[in-house]
Formats: sequence, C-alpha cells, structure tokens
Amino acid sequence: MKRFAQLIQELELSNKTNDKIEALVTYFNEANPLDKPYVIAMFTGKRPKRPITTTLIRQWAIELSDIPEWLFTESYHSVGDLSETIALVLPVAENNIDKPLHQWITELTTLQSKTDEEKKRYVLDSWNSLTTQERFIFNKLISGNFRIGVSNKMLVNAIAKQSKQDANKIMHSIMGKWQPNQITYEELTTGAHVNTDNSWPYPFCLAYAIDTEPENLGKTSAWQAEWKWDGIRGQIVKRNGELFIWSRGEELVTDQFPELHFLKDELADGTVLDGEILAVKNENVLPFSTLQQRLNRKTISKNQLENAPIGFYTYDILEYENNDIRTEPLVKRRQLLEKLINRLITKGIVVLSPVVKFKSWAELAQIREKAREINSEGIMLKHLNSIFHTGRKRGDWWKWKINPYTVDTVMIYAQKGSGRRANFYTDYTFAVRDGEKLITIAKAYSGLTDKEIKEVNSFVNKNAIEKFGPVRTVKPELVFEIAFEGIAESKRHKAGLALRFPRIARWRKDKRVEEINTLDDLRALIPVTP
Amino acid sequence: MALIQFTNKGIYCRQGNFYIDPWQPVDRAVITHGHADHAKWGNKSYLCHTLTKPILEERYGLYDNVETLAYNEPININGVKLSMFPAGHVIGSAQIRLEYKGEIVVVSGDYKTEYDGISTAFEPVKCHTLVSESTFGLPIYKWQPQQFIFDNIDNWIVDNHTKNKTSILVAYSLGKAQRLIKNLKGADEIFVHRSIANLNEAFRKAGVQLPNTIQITTEIKKDELQKGIVIVPPVLADSKWIKSLINPAVGICSGWMAVRAGRRWRSADAGFALSDHADWPGLLDVIKATEAEKVMITHGNTAVFSRYLNEIGMKAEEVKTQYGDEEAEEKAEVDVEEKQV
Repeated sequence: MKRFAQLIQELELSNKTNDKIEALVTYFNEANPLDKPYVIAMFTGKRPKRPITTTLIRQWAIELSDIPEWLFTESYHSVGDLSETIALVLPVAENNIDKPLHQWITELTTLQSKTDEEKKRYVLDSWNSLTTQERFIFNKLISGNFRIGVSNKMLVNAIAKQSKQDANKIMHSIMGKWQPNQITYEELTTGAHVNTDNSWPYPFCLAYAIDTEPENLGKTSAWQAEWKWDGIRGQIVKRNGELFIWSRGEELVTDQFPELHFLKDELADGTVLDGEILAVKNENVLPFSTLQQRLNRKTISKNQLENAPIGFYTYDILEYENNDIRTEPLVKRRQLLEKLINRLITKGIVVLSPVVKFKSWAELAQIREKAREINSEGIMLKHLNSIFHTGRKRGDWWKWKINPYTVDTVMIYAQKGSGRRANFYTDYTFAVRDGEKLITIAKAYSGLTDKEIKEVNSFVNKNAIEKFGPVRTVKPELVFEIAFEGIAESKRHKAGLALRFPRIARWRKDKRVEEINTLDDLRALIPVTP
Repeated sequence: MALIQFTNKGIYCRQGNFYIDPWQPVDRAVITHGHADHAKWGNKSYLCHTLTKPILEERYGLYDNVETLAYNEPININGVKLSMFPAGHVIGSAQIRLEYKGEIVVVSGDYKTEYDGISTAFEPVKCHTLVSESTFGLPIYKWQPQQFIFDNIDNWIVDNHTKNKTSILVAYSLGKAQRLIKNLKGADEIFVHRSIANLNEAFRKAGVQLPNTIQITTEIKKDELQKGIVIVPPVLADSKWIKSLINPAVGICSGWMAVRAGRRWRSADAGFALSDHADWPGLLDVIKATEAEKVMITHGNTAVFSRYLNEIGMKAEEVKTQYGDEEAEEKAEVDVEEKQV
C-alpha cells in the first residue's frame, strides 16, 4: 500500500503527462506483482461491488472524529471529496500497518458477507493504522471510485512502455473481460486472455472538430458525409454465439438494450459493428433527453420501453467473418456494412446511418443547417480511403457540428467547486428574466479561465446576499453568455425547460443585467415534438 | 462600555483612543504583525513589537513615527494597560493584551501554536474577551509536526537534484521564507527573491540570526540556481521567469496544501502543508487556554468556527473585518516590491 500511496501522490503532484507516465512505468517496474492487475483494474474503472455503503462509512467517520454532522458536511464542501474528507477529519492514527494493496482489496471483498458490526470493526481498525494519504486510498478502495487524472490512454501508454508491447494490443487486452485475481501482469501485457475472450471491443476511432473551412479538405468526391448523431456511441460484438454491446466509455451495456438482442440470432459470428445507440420512434431519432431515461438503469419498465425505444444506427464494420478489417478503406467497409444490414431479417431497429449526398461544400453547409430538426448534432466527414484508426487521429475524420445555441443570463447563485476547484466559487447558477422576476435556467461549471474564476470568486465574496449551506445568493450583476446544445420541456425544472450541455461561452462584461434574455426567448427555441 | 469596538476603520479602543490593525488610516495604530492585511501604510503613528519595526521600515520606509515594545512589557495609554505577547505567527508577531478597570481583552492577530524555530513561541494569555482568527477553522486541518514537513521538503529537493530539476519554493516573503531558510538542511545555496532578501537584511540588522542567502540577480547563471534552492513569493509562482529556469519544479508551502484540491488548483509540482496559522486543534486549544468568556472570530471560517464554539458551550460570535484577504496581501507585496526579479 505504501508504494501505491506514493504512486498516487506522484500522479497527483504532477500536471505533466510525461511525468505521470514515468511515475506509472517506475511503479510497474517496482510494485508487488500481485498488486499490478488490481491497479490496472482500478484505473480502468473495473470496480468490485461496494462492500460498505457510503452512509455507514460517513456515519462511522463522524462518530470517531467526534464532530457534529453539520461540521462534517461543511468540511466536505471545503474538501470536495468524501474519501479525502474522512481521511482528514479522523483522529491521528495510533498504529502503523503495511499490507500489500491486493491484500487490502481482497479483505474488503470478503467483508461483503460480514455483519455491519464486523465491517465497522475492520474499517475502524484500518483507519487507526494508516496515514492520512493511505486512509484516503483505503476509502477510495471501498468506494471503488478511483479517478485521479489517469486516462485509459495514458495508462495504456505507460504499460506499453514498461512492457515494450504495442499500445493497441495493450488497449485490447485491458479493455476485455478479466479478473485481477485470476491474471498476472505478464498475461495482461501479452494479451494471453484476449483470444479466448469473445467480448473484446476495438478502440473507437474518434474525430477532431474541423478547424478549417471544409473547402480546404479538397474534392467533395473523396469524402463521405454522415449525420452526427447525439446518442451513445456503441460497438456491437458478436463472437462464438455471444453478443456484447460496449459503450464508448468502455462499459458493457448489453443488458440495458434488450431491443438489440435479436442480433444474437441474426448476426454472423465474428462480426463487430460501430454505431450510435439512439432512441428512435417511427424512424425518427428522438432527442438525447429521451434516450437518457434508458441509461444506467438496472431494470427497465414497460413504460420506458414504450417511451424510449432503442435503435442502433450503424456507422462502420470493424470485424467481418472473424477478420479484423479496420485497415480496409472506408469505402469497402461501407459496402460490406450495407450488404450485412440489408440481410437482417428484423427491420427498422438496426439500420444504416444514412450517407448524406452532396455535390458541393456549400450544399453540405446548407444541409447541415437542418441537423437540429432531426435531432442531429451536425455532420461527420470521413475520407473514403480512411482506415478505422485507434483513438483520435487528425486528418481522416472530422466532425462538423452545428453552432450551439446561446443565451445571455445573469449569475444569481454561486457554490464552491469540488475536486481541483474546492475553496473557490466555481459552480454558478444562471437566470433569465421572466417578467419582473429572475428564473434559474442552468447551472454551469466550466468555460472560465483560472484568472476569471478568481475574479468571480472575489465578486461572490463581496456580493453574497444569503447563505444556504455551501450556496451563496449573489447580487444579480454579472452577465454570462451560456452556450447549450439542445433544449427540451421539463417538468422537473422551475422554468419548465431544461438545457442540454449548458456551459459558459464567455463572460459578457460589456452587458448589463437589463440586457439579458427572457424566458420567452428560450421557449421559442423548444422544438415541436414530431 | 466595551473595551474594543469594531468600526469601519478597524478594531477601536475608545478608552485608549487607538486602533489595532486598522484598515483605514488613523492617528494611532497598534500593529500585531507585519503582513500587509494587518499593517497598512498611512497611519500617523504606529506601535508594534521591536522586530516588526524593521519590516515597516523596509516595506513602507517608516522610521520616525514607529514606537516599539518588547514582549510582556506593559505600558499605559490613557489608563489602558497595553502589553504584547508572542503570537508565534511570524517574526515580531504579537498578541495585544488590553486591561482596563479589571477587564482584559486579547487581540491575537494571526497566530500559530507550534514553535517554528524563528518566531518567538506562542503563549496563551488569559482574558475575558479573545479576538481570534479562524483561517483554518475546519477539522480537516491538522498540521504535521514541522520537522516531518521539512524532511519532506529536503527529500523533494534531493530528488529534484538527481532529476536535474531546479527546486523553487513558493513562500510569503515575510515569515514563511525565513522559516524555510532557517530550517532547511543540506549545504545547497539558497537563492531568494529581492523582496525576501531585503527583509532578511532588515532582520539581520535587527539582530535575528539567519543562515546566508543570495539575492537573485540577472548575473546569476541558471545552472547555479539549478544546483541550489530558489525561494520566491507567491506572486511569482506562475511567472514567466520561473518557466525560463532549467526544468523548474515548483513547491508551494502553505496550509492550503493540506487538501488535494488546494494542491491541484495551484497546479504546483509539489505542495507542502506548512502553515503559519493555527490548525483546528491549535485554535481550540488556544481558545480553551485563554479561559475567555467571549470569543470574537475575525477572519477565515468565521461562521463555521463560531457556530461550533457555541455548540461546545463557548460564547462566540463572528465579526466582519478586512483581514485574511491573501490576494490583497499579495498585491500589496507587488506594489511595494515591483514585479521584477
């Protein structure tokens, strides 16, 4: 655990990718061999079932540190992370034990079947034997939620460097299905398990936003245009009689979408499709807000199945007849894809994402303007000769999104941020005018520079009117332009509407509060449901 | 009548007709310590500890209108007995004890309870009313013993040397910088920014023992800095000059570094939770030791801390002051010392 704690500290102290990779490489060189698969599992979000609820952990921490609950809550607001808050408020440890990481994790797993009393004794003993930094890690192990700024890509690059293996292979290997207690680090790096594993997906090929005029891409005849759909990017894997659906977040989401399970019978073995999971009704793509009702649910009600039926719009084919065909040119892959989709017996659920025909860039620009009407985010441009790259590559694929909506609002609440931004007012709530009143329409976190955040922070400190826990109401004076991707009616929100992806576009220091938009301005943007 | 009042100019003692750490110019100012949010320029006369005088001389060019006192050396101002007790915050920092017709008030300014090896060690002072800060008034702040932190800093510097990095420590010119200079081990040369060098010189003249330091000038080669230790004030933490050094590694020394968010927010390469303020147990210990019947919380986590004190049976209230604005403090430092290295 001490070596792991050191790694975490090194990863957190540096903000340079190379330093982080170096820290990971050194760790994989030095660490206990049994620990390493657990670390990879943790960093890639393969989390075991939580052995103890947050409520209990929190309750024990409050009890042990002998502070009132409200004070714990205040502390939490200042720290921005529950595991860390607990690590900090507990009394200084009296003992010191050093067990390897894998042992801690195994012990925590066996706790699941224990009584609350036994769990409590174990946790309290552990807290009393660990330093603040180790306690923080121990608490994170319980929550299973370890996010410390190491992306999958960074981890893969470090492992590839350490094991002198190809990064793509490592990506395959760690994205597949494996158990940290049943595999060695060497087996993972050589991909010994992936051949026998039917589920492994390919890394997604991602596009950058176009940073030039499309005219500069050359002849239109070299490019394929498609709609950019606003759903969940997905990969459907059918091998050896088994069907797997992966989301772009590298999560297996097979059970969430029963509508797609017919593919188990209709797709040939050794087929992998790339596409978008969408809510689709009568051949119309529904807004993302509708799809959202279907996400991350353990059970799906009949109502949800009816309101938000799932469709899969296919973009590409990556594996055909057990062959990896990602290096074939797009034009060939598309032909195969069309053949395959047309052969499906069940029609209308898994369909081809249509190719958008256009003769000139100007014509395509016009077509793109209509994207919103069909709940699309814009246009994707793919070079006809492009291979299916691993990750984000510049040049072959571009996304050409429609410009976001914008609205001028005034900030009326501010709250301290969490994580990196704890201690500063960074989370703001914005309002538009509704007659004489102000009505809140969005909360946003990002979009300001550190310098601007400091400026807003000092405004909040000077202009706070009331306190509600961590929230301050502030004098409505600062005007911000909020950009957002979509708008829908919402019963849950006071304004009767909800914005999708609201974020601060810029701070309108040039505008006064009298000049902000009204609720009616926003209502006019709500699309009429087909 | 109460012995002190909080007015729009600062903490006022009517009976003695003087202000303590006023934030607007007054005729007579009693100063707890030399930080810019407590010792402002523009008062007609000053009364401060003997070792705060060199700071006022160095920073504001004040010579003639500054009277000084040693610790525990009472004087009488219009019938108010005034004495100073060590606050342990920075060199020369003092708690101001006022006594009038049997009533005792202590204005503690900023303070810390751990002896830092350079400021005179804090002494709790019994009183009826205590005015206390609460900068770190949350139970998440519990400092490690300073030796532990200095060992960490020393190890970090050694590690930087092996990786050919230049070690840059960020610390307030007044207090933290001298604390580092006094406590760092190793034989490396210590290079300091001019604002720190000037204060060091002032302290040395006043008889404070400090290890040798070298003022950073354009003549000093960057590979010399790389082999040594560089100490700069917070305003320079993100400066172009630092980026121009050889493989710079920036370590911020501040109590805020106790929390991960604080470390990442400042985007430092390292954060060391070395504070010149009392931590949570320190604040509580001091308040209990003074046996004060009433505690007035001036700056920091005022609302939380006073609520907690009331819940554990102490009479406490928050008062609005203009202390603790680090931005203002930093800006004042820049105003005085310009931005150049």
